Parts: sequence; structure tokens; C-alpha cells
Amino acid sequence: MSYVTIDLTDLLIASILVLANGGLSLLFGLGLARKLIWSALRMTIQLLAIGFVLRWLFAMESPWLTLVAALAMVAVAGREIMARQDRRLSGLWAYGLGTSTMLAAAMVVTVFALTTQIRPDPWWDPQYALPILGMILGNTMTGIALGLQTLTGGLERGKAGVEARLALGETRFGATRHVLRDALSSALIPVINGMAAAGIVSLPGMMTGQILAGVEPVEAVKYQILIMFLIAGGTAFGAIAAVLGGIMRLTDSRHRLRLDRLQDQVRTT
Amino acid sequence: MHALELRALKAAVGPALTCSLGSGECLVLRGPSGVGKSLLLRAIADLDVHEGEVLLDSVSQDAVAAPVWRRKVLYVATEPGWWSDRVGDHFPDREGITEELKHFGFGPDCLDWRIDRLSSGERQRLGLIRALSHQPEVLLLDEPTATLDAHNAGLVEALVADRRKDGMTVLWVSHDEAQARRVATGILRLSPTSAAVEDVS
Repeated sequence: MSYVTIDLTDLLIASILVLANGGLSLLFGLGLARKLIWSALRMTIQLLAIGFVLRWLFAMESPWLTLVAALAMVAVAGREIMARQDRRLSGLWAYGLGTSTMLAAAMVVTVFALTTQIRPDPWWDPQYALPILGMILGNTMTGIALGLQTLTGGLERGKAGVEARLALGETRFGATRHVLRDALSSALIPVINGMAAAGIVSLPGMMTGQILAGVEPVEAVKYQILIMFLIAGGTAFGAIAAVLGGIMRLTDSRHRLRLDRLQDQVRTT
Repeated sequence: MHALELRALKAAVGPALTCSLGSGECLVLRGPSGVGKSLLLRAIADLDVHEGEVLLDSVSQDAVAAPVWRRKVLYVATEPGWWSDRVGDHFPDREGITEELKHFGFGPDCLDWRIDRLSSGERQRLGLIRALSHQPEVLLLDEPTATLDAHNAGLVEALVADRRKDGMTVLWVSHDEAQARRVATGILRLSPTSAAVEDVS
């Protein structure tokens, strides 16, 4: 396997494209030049940093450091789930529900993949564990964020309908069944669409990367299929756990709707 | 049977209330808006967190699973909620409500109507039919004729009176003193600090 390496000069040449873009913005008075340059710089620094961190982690070959890195990834993704909610749960639940369900789903699926299918030696080898966890985490995070967002929005807008069902004697799960269905379908649709479009509309990033790195295409495709299955599983487990947990939290043991356990609207835009 | 008893029942707003209602009786709740009439009905149905005790035939609310309690002690909101697109989706037993539909002049085709096309008056009448189709022992009516004309309000009163003959007990929030006089066996006058029952039967 061989691949063409790129050096600093190549990056500087490519950055001309961003600078040209900034020039266009100045020319047409779009006011985007500063933002564009700033985010390009940020991206460069972030990726360089993570590159060096990964190089260091791979060299250390420590299961504990790998675990710490994995937990740090989960913690950041958990913040992102919370940031994407218009209406958050009150108290620690705002961060805790999305993060804990994502942690459980992504970890279970990653460990399952590492120990039974990919089987690197050792099984926690950070070169495999961290990229795979990252891919599963990214999708599970999106699924949980969408699921919780749809759930809280649906319960708020559909409060009258849910309370009517409760008043007619349905349980808290029966009365919210229609909201649960909407929440899970919006959580899973990105993954379903991603699978349907893979290879036709889009060439998945991981597969493209492997091909560029010199991996034989059919081998790269096999890897991608495996990853797709893992992503689908992780997203479904995580979203179901988070949405059911959300319903549990927003109702009580006397089967009452408890929207008082939501914070006030946080998004101001 | 179906006797309802409230013991120091206190919703989030309003005074603590102790009273009892016999089978087939109708207690009308009156009082200024914001005094907590709706909250009181919701507390009786256990839809909101509350203090005090409610008993049906001497069995405490807390001793019964909430869904079971609510099927017996059924709350009907002023603007009944809906959760599906068509009227019929909300009625598990379509045959069982033919007579009630006819009572209000609805044809059987109304079950295919879209909820979002209904007028507020149609929603209110269909909400009442939906509640009655569950054969509650106690019916909690929150201004059940607020959106209705005099004719339809009369039909609601007649239908409820008919069920009361079979022993259904009713709590009825009304803003209309004349209506209260027509339907009540007792009138409960609520103020922010006190509650007094007036016997009218």
C-alpha cells in the first residue's frame, strides 16, 4: 500500500483558495472575510492539535490513556447535544440524559466491534478504537440531539393531545406514543438516508480516506459497510434510550405530564 | 354508588376544599377566573400534583393506579386535545357512540372529518362524546358549553342529565349562573381564600 504524502508547501498552496474566497467577500462587501479566515485558522489549529494528540496516544499504547481520550470525546459530544436543545431538561438532566445514553450506546457498540469483528491486538488499540468511537459518537450524538429536540417540542406543542389521552386513562407511555414515534423517526432518518445514499449520491468519508491511503477499494468498502452497521446500531440504541428516558423524566409515576421539568427557552435567535 | 369525597384538597392555586358528592349529583363550581376552578378539576383527576385526598366510593386516589383512576374520574378540558388527524382515530369504539353523535346532529360521516377543520364548538361536543364513551363514574366538566350556542348548550345539559340518572356524578365549572341553577344539585362558590357550598336541590 502506498500513498502520496503532502507537505507544508502543498497546504500553503491549497490555502490560496480560502484567501481567494476572502478576497471575493471583500470585493462584494459580504462581510464574511474575517469569519472565513478565522474559521480556516481555527480548523487548521484544531486538526493539527488532534493530529499530535493522536500520534502521542498511539505511541503511548496505554489502555487508560485511550479510555481517558474516549471519555473526553463523549464529554464534548454531550455538551453538543445539550447545546442543540431549544428546551432543555432542568438540572443535571440537561447534560446527563443525552450524555449517559450516548456513552452507553457508543461504548457498547464500539467494544462490540473491536472485540468481535475488527479484533486489533490489543483490542483497545487506540489506532482503531478512537476513530471508530469518533464515527459512532458523531452519528449517535446527532440522533440523540434530534430525538430529544423532537420529543420536547412535540410534548410542548402536543400538550393538549397528550393530556387528553392521559385524562382518558392511558398510561404515560400510551399517551405519548405518537410523540415517541415522531422523535425516533427524526432521530433515525439521517442514518437511514445516509445508508440509502451511500455509494450512489455520496462516497462516505472514511472509505474515501482509505482509498486515498492506498487501500484496495473493495477492502475499503467492506470497512465502510461495517461502520454503517455500527453507526445504525449505536444511533438506534442511543436515541431509543434517550427518548424513553426523556419521556420518563417528563412524566411521573402518577402518569402526569411534567413539563415543569423543562427549562425555559434558551435559544434567543 | 359513585360517591366522591374531597378531603382538604388543594391545587396549586385556590383554597383547600373538603366536601362530598353523592351518586348522580351535580356540583357546579363558580368563582372569578384565576381562582383555580380548572386546577381543582385537574387535581381531582390527578393530572396535576396536589395536596389533600380524593376518594371514590371510599377508595383513595393514591390506592389506585392513575390510569385506572382517570378512566373512572374523567376530566374534560374546555378545549379538548386531539392527537391524530381524523375524528374517528380518537374513538376506539365507533359503533358505541352512534346515539350520542345523533343527539348533537352529527352524521356517521363525521368520523372521517379532519380535526383541523373542526370548529371549536364541534371540538367541544366531540370531546364530550369521547369522554362519555369511556363510561366514567365521575365526569369533570370544565366549561363544557363555553363555545356553544344556547341550543347546543341545552343538548349538552340534557345528555349529562341523562347520564346522571344512571348514577354518573358530575362536577361542572360554569360561568353562567342560569345554567348553574338549571343543572346543579349544589353550587360551590370559590374565592381565593374560601369555598362555600350552597344546596340548590
